[in-house]
Amino acid sequence: MSEARTFGYYPGCSGMGTSMEYERSTRAVCEALGIKLVDLEDWSCCGSTPAHTVDHVLSAALSGRNLSIAESMGLDTIITPCPSCLTNLKTATHRMENPAFKQKVDALLDKPANNTVTVKSVLQVIYEDVGPETIRQQVVRPLSGLAVAPYYGCIMNRPPDVMQFDDPENPIAMDEILSALGADVVPFGLKVECCGASHGIAQKDVVTTLSGRLIELAYAENAMAMVAACPLCQMNLDLRQGQINAANKSRYNMPVFYYTQLIGLALGLPEKQLGFDKLAVNPDKVLRAIQEQSHVAQ
Amino acid sequence: MEVINITHSYDPAFVAEVEAESEQNVRLCYQCGNCTAGCPYNFAYDIPVSQIMRLSQTGQKDKVLGCKSIWICATCESCTTRCPNGIDVARIMDVLRHMARRYNYNTVPNVRSFVDAFLDSVEKHGRVFEMGLMANYMTKTRRFWTDADLGRKILPKGKISFKPHRIQGRDEVAKIFERYKEQQR
Ligand code: SF4
Ligand code: SF4
Repeated sequence: MSEARTFGYYPGCSGMGTSMEYERSTRAVCEALGIKLVDLEDWSCCGSTPAHTVDHVLSAALSGRNLSIAESMGLDTIITPCPSCLTNLKTATHRMENPAFKQKVDALLDKPANNTVTVKSVLQVIYEDVGPETIRQQVVRPLSGLAVAPYYGCIMNRPPDVMQFDDPENPIAMDEILSALGADVVPFGLKVECCGASHGIAQKDVVTTLSGRLIELAYAENAMAMVAACPLCQMNLDLRQGQINAANKSRYNMPVFYYTQLIGLALGLPEKQLGFDKLAVNPDKVLRAIQEQSHVAQ
Repeated sequence: MEVINITHSYDPAFVAEVEAESEQNVRLCYQCGNCTAGCPYNFAYDIPVSQIMRLSQTGQKDKVLGCKSIWICATCESCTTRCPNGIDVARIMDVLRHMARRYNYNTVPNVRSFVDAFLDSVEKHGRVFEMGLMANYMTKTRRFWTDADLGRKILPKGKISFKPHRIQGRDEVAKIFERYKEQQR
């Protein structure tokens, strides 16, 4: 294994709760790939979507507190698994390049940030700094026979001038990583279409319509599972799949993995660290199918 | 079709406010409709996003701030990514929500209540406390049955904490909100 690369790590609130399997598998996979994570000390919520819908300065200040913590810890780059946190941290940095805007943000903070920190997603670092080829060499249990639909969600790569990673209409980072693990990646035309975001609670019909469409296409492409990189997308597709079925009179039973769970599986990490038991749609049948396939292959 | 007499209701101060806060020039929009074509929420909107752009250009404050769409937009960034004139349309939608709050339009009260419940939680604990957030939302909206079906699925998985994850710096976070509210006065 190559030398460890060190990054500041911002887990995000959902990692402490509803997406704990993403959080656990992210940590396990980073360690296995030689990515050293240094947790941001006493990090606070970035404000997620609610803050920016109320005020841009408030939203940037909530991110700003965390950026400032990273600076005082001497970190030049922080990475996060959550696209919503990623957007907020990156957008705050971007907007604070405007001195008038930054001044307003600084006025809300005990300790303003100096705009020296680069923010990236964990996916970006796994893709760019480790790379699919290196991952391929570490695979001990190829995901042969597993047909997956990669779903990136709307904001990981958009808008492109802020996010600066992969393609805003047809991203490929997850596709290439999943292929390197031995999975069959189906063509998935709704890669960056919105799942309904945080409307699950206040406007449920929006989520059952939009997420329903995503699962429908995954079925149409003969995927056995979907793969997500966002806690909110995963929750809408997985935990709300029953609500989607009830609203659309469908009978979907589509497991929705985090991409980190699948990397971990292929690298042979202990399943306990990957949290498959935390998923709402039971993935056992799909997982068994891979196992049988890899037995045949060996 | 409803006809609006734009000379009567043109409010130049509104246009100026949208432009200043969003750092965008709404007059650049030439109504190609690209943003609406890609907007996944169009089916749930009362006014499509390209029409909101047009109404903003023509200073139709009441129409724009009183519509439902601005509350339902999820900031998916499709419009911003695809606008041929490089307008950050999603940022304008965000700013219109800010203004709707300021001028007391509350066209989709559930969305507003959810946002408020979320930020209350951050203000109090420094991080979101999911259980408390849901309780607060249900109290605000009196929709006590919200997601009751999900509770059954998620509680046995041990993913929902019954206690907030309090952080050391929660006073610092509370102070961010305090100063913000101070400025709003
Ligand atoms: S895509 Fe841009 S130019 Fe076209 S209608 Fe929308 S805002 Fe106007
Ligand atoms: S950001 Fe809002 S208006 Fe723009 S495409 Fe997405 S949902 Fe529609």
